[in-house]
Amino acid sequence: MIAAGQFAVRSYLTLMLAFLYLPIAIMIAMAFNESALYELPFKFSFVWFEALSGNTQLWAATRNSILLATASTIIATILGTMSALAFARYQFRGKTLLRVILFVPVTVPWLIIATAMLVFFFWVGIGRGLHAMLLAHVALSLPYVIVIVGARLTSFPMELEEAAATLGATPWQVFRRISAPIIAPGIVAAALFSFAISFDQFATSYFLSAPGVSTLPVEIYSAIRRGFTPEINAISAIVIVLSMGIMLIFSQLFRFSGTPAE
Amino acid sequence: MIGGRRLWSAFGLVAPAYVWLTVTVFLPLSAMLYFSFLVKTPLLQQAAVLTLKQYHLFFARGFYSYLLGRSLMLGFYVTLACVIFGYPAALFLARYVRGRSREAILLLIVLPFWSNALIRVFSWTIVLREGGLLDRLVQFFLPDAGVSGLLYSYPAIVIGLVHSFIPYIILTCYLSLQAIDGSLLDAARSLGASRLTTFRRITFPLSLPGLIVGAVLIFVPVTGSFMEPRILGGKSGMMLGTVIEDQFTEVFNWPLGAALSFILLGVVLCILGLSQLLIRLRSRVA
Repeated sequence: MIAAGQFAVRSYLTLMLAFLYLPIAIMIAMAFNESALYELPFKFSFVWFEALSGNTQLWAATRNSILLATASTIIATILGTMSALAFARYQFRGKTLLRVILFVPVTVPWLIIATAMLVFFFWVGIGRGLHAMLLAHVALSLPYVIVIVGARLTSFPMELEEAAATLGATPWQVFRRISAPIIAPGIVAAALFSFAISFDQFATSYFLSAPGVSTLPVEIYSAIRRGFTPEINAISAIVIVLSMGIMLIFSQLFRFSGTPAE
Repeated sequence: MIGGRRLWSAFGLVAPAYVWLTVTVFLPLSAMLYFSFLVKTPLLQQAAVLTLKQYHLFFARGFYSYLLGRSLMLGFYVTLACVIFGYPAALFLARYVRGRSREAILLLIVLPFWSNALIRVFSWTIVLREGGLLDRLVQFFLPDAGVSGLLYSYPAIVIGLVHSFIPYIILTCYLSLQAIDGSLLDAARSLGASRLTTFRRITFPLSLPGLIVGAVLIFVPVTGSFMEPRILGGKSGMMLGTVIEDQFTEVFNWPLGAALSFILLGVVLCILGLSQLLIRLRSRVA
């Protein structure tokens, strides 16, 4: 009876994982198939990766994506950590309001935020392009950074900071020697989150991309709408293996997978 | 009472992030609200004329409210499917799987978050296309079956969106299920409650907060989705989201796009507010 129940549980979870990973696995496999029309039987070939290496447009978009994600991660992590510190350490009027409005960029559908940015940036002369995308990506990452770093800050005792301050440490010394080492895991998690948000960001990049200046998701979207080619599979395979691999390594190092450390 | 200097340093720490958010989120949303009352897309050196025309258009033409209904139903179906298939997975993980394998499965469920959403949708086009994997699988068992042609259909959109969003509900349900005190369940069982009664009266109500958070996290973005319906739905993928996209990229009728966006936002917020109200009433009765 119990064995049968265990078996049912295992099979259900296996099916769930198959549902999550099978399409991705097939998409990756098709990047190595010689046929341009995804025809079977499967013939192993690197022809699409060779074609990809000559596609300067896709590589430029990939470079833009990486640059944007790096810049937006650095800015969002610094600004977000500053806010989280202020929320955790100071009492001031309007704090609750400031924390509540953080949920606006999280809950309003990205389509609406993205089109609003397009309209406003056009109106005030910011325009479109990489700088506009950077503005957008940082904004969408900030709430997550503030919440993640904030969660870490509330879980360590303030007395340590107070003790250091009483002993004559300057605020900067307190931050560098006491606070920073303790909240470091939170900062790393927040940085990873904002990198993923930016690198994965489609809606805002799509509306804010200027002709000739786009990111990888935008290029993939327009390629799909033009018609499929296994070249897209090849770049997708590279991106997905790299991003999931990096996250896997980080999650093993920092254990922020949701389970409490036992 | 805190001193002026401390207050200033607090504001100094907060200001950069909030100035950034103001320029990129709050001002644009306000500008868009203003745009939704304009007659047409404002070009340089043209006097803006205010009107309710765009909102009137929504009510005058059944087409837009039909699309709004379609988007809301899509959100409903996807959320429902995620709950039906995701909740049991969360329950099994929290109750029947232990140790390393629980950690590993949870990590595997969350991992797709970190991969590109567009690529995941794209991978479904490979599986669902005519003569794709699904067709071959069906034909393997039923050689007479024709091609399914599931790509570019409504079910394809639902499948792709469920794939994208189901990790949210598994995670939020798991977190609230895992926090339930096991001794409560033991007590109920030893007092003679059946497994079903224990689940219905204790486990499920206690996991409701996680379920609701997960459902909201799915419902809101799905009603505003446009990329997934376009790629997976083809001609049958017309939603309010795709029509809003068109207003900004193809038709250049920004005021109409803005008005449709705010109608969508308003309706979604009303639904969320109503569900909150219902939950409060329910918990007061219980």
